[in-house]
Amino acid sequence: MSALLSVSDAHVAYGKVEAVRSVSLEVGTNEIVTIVGANGAGKTTLLSAIMGILPLKGRVAFAGQDLAQLDIEDRVAMGLGLVPEHRELFVTMNVEDNLELGAFRIERSKAKASMERVYALFPRLKERRKQLAGTLSGGEQQMLAMGRALMGEPKLLMLDEPSLGLAPIIVADIFRIVTELRAAGVSVLLVEQNAQAALKIADQAYVMELGEFVLSGKASDIAANERVAASYLGFQHEGESAV
Amino acid sequence: MNTTIMLFLVQDGITNGAIYALLGLALVLVFAVTRVILIPQGEFVTYGALTYASLAAGQMPGTAKLALALGIGAFAFDLFEARKALHGRLIVRGLITNIALPAIVLALTLYFAAQKPPVAICIALSLVIVAMIGLYIYRIAFQPLAHTSVLVLLIASVGVHLALQGLGLLFFGAEGQRGPALLSGAFTAGALRFTGQSITVYAITIAFIVGLWLFFGLTLYGKALRATAVNRLGARLAGIRTTLSGQIAFLLASVIGALSGILIVPITTLYYDSGFLIGLKGFVAAIIGGLVSYPLTAVAALVVGIVEAFSSFYASNYKEVIVFMLLIPVLLLRSLAAPAVEEEKD
Repeated sequence: MSALLSVSDAHVAYGKVEAVRSVSLEVGTNEIVTIVGANGAGKTTLLSAIMGILPLKGRVAFAGQDLAQLDIEDRVAMGLGLVPEHRELFVTMNVEDNLELGAFRIERSKAKASMERVYALFPRLKERRKQLAGTLSGGEQQMLAMGRALMGEPKLLMLDEPSLGLAPIIVADIFRIVTELRAAGVSVLLVEQNAQAALKIADQAYVMELGEFVLSGKASDIAANERVAASYLGFQHEGESAV
Repeated sequence: MNTTIMLFLVQDGITNGAIYALLGLALVLVFAVTRVILIPQGEFVTYGALTYASLAAGQMPGTAKLALALGIGAFAFDLFEARKALHGRLIVRGLITNIALPAIVLALTLYFAAQKPPVAICIALSLVIVAMIGLYIYRIAFQPLAHTSVLVLLIASVGVHLALQGLGLLFFGAEGQRGPALLSGAFTAGALRFTGQSITVYAITIAFIVGLWLFFGLTLYGKALRATAVNRLGARLAGIRTTLSGQIAFLLASVIGALSGILIVPITTLYYDSGFLIGLKGFVAAIIGGLVSYPLTAVAALVVGIVEAFSSFYASNYKEVIVFMLLIPVLLLRSLAAPAVEEEKD
């Protein structure tokens, strides 16, 4: 099977400390893959390294091409998109400018249609299109970050903790949109602490602990796994029962 | 003091302030986008001014040769960086922008210098030459250091300033030069006499500021530049290359510098090292603007110009001292307003 994204034997280190050890994963086309795990397991580090923000030892291939020599902007141009945990919006610019810049690499004629699609997915953004990104609520900022990444017409969208710090009703909305993206032909690699919600919508799942994958398989199987249920889902029930 | 003198001083201050405003804006722009504190901004001023003056006097300016030499250097840097993934298109593009362009400009300069060209051609050539120098200097000195700290970039900036100043002495000699006025003639309004040159200074400054405002507000590249200044990682994730933003910022800064020089050199005699002090005054304005605010920088520049005019009238020996002392209360206020030192993020 030729996966859209394939990572094999990846190591990521901060100086001498290895935050990610010998990790391999695959994301197919039209697939939602989730990486769940506790805070500090190395999930964000792994996504940053796949995007080229951090140096990675091992092999990462996207759409059949080795990414080793490519920097962040080249990966974006190939169709790899990342919505980072801190969203990294252009806070002093308005919603529309943020979106327009998301399509920096795309032909002008296509960008218009892209913007309409994003507005259809996130009608709230259309209402706020002249508002400065920094003045949006947390949920709206998350929508804008996703919208900006979608403007670049990614084949694979990597989402880092999209539900973090958001109200339950907005979280539900964002997870619904993630499934809509799959239907529209965008694969999603979703990193979440909210394991329960993530496993519900994902096709495949990986469980990460202390920089390593300890379990992988179908999301439904992982959700049914006793060990996962005990260490993540149970915890989620008590600690973040809101979702 | 009588009103006439005061009006004269204010007028003089605004003319100088307009120039400082342009320079201050360029400094803020370059710092916001690349985190480089552009000390060589002053050299762009002298290079622009003296290239223009030399051409107008029918002499061949050495800056045209420097542009070609730097272009060759920039091309070599490009080739070295892309050595693992060289392809034909990249080489051809590099050859055109880094070698063919400065070579053509050098040929044009050689051709025109021999026959005392009209003012418009002198201006165009000077602007293009200094713009290329700015672009290639970014490629050679700053792009390889783009990921380092502000301090390292500042040290590189001082190095470039010293190198360019030395080369300036080589190219233009120790003698000062003056260039022809862009617009001759004058008219009087009440007690004030406006020369064509000072009107040109106002008009070009205003046109440039409006142009910059439109560029940043309306065009995709202008917005990309702002985006890089606001959030470098966010910009990269949107596919905006930091190098591209850096190139545009340096291009704008060098054109602004050269233009300022061309505007000043008909009024004041400029020497190879005059740019530094002029650039520093733009820097004072930029600091008052916190190296982030464009409007505040522009207003501060006018204040700097007016303070300079008055202090050169009352205490001309101390005029530089007084202008630079403006910084002390500003820095004090700023340090009181923001007591915590912010750690550098990237």
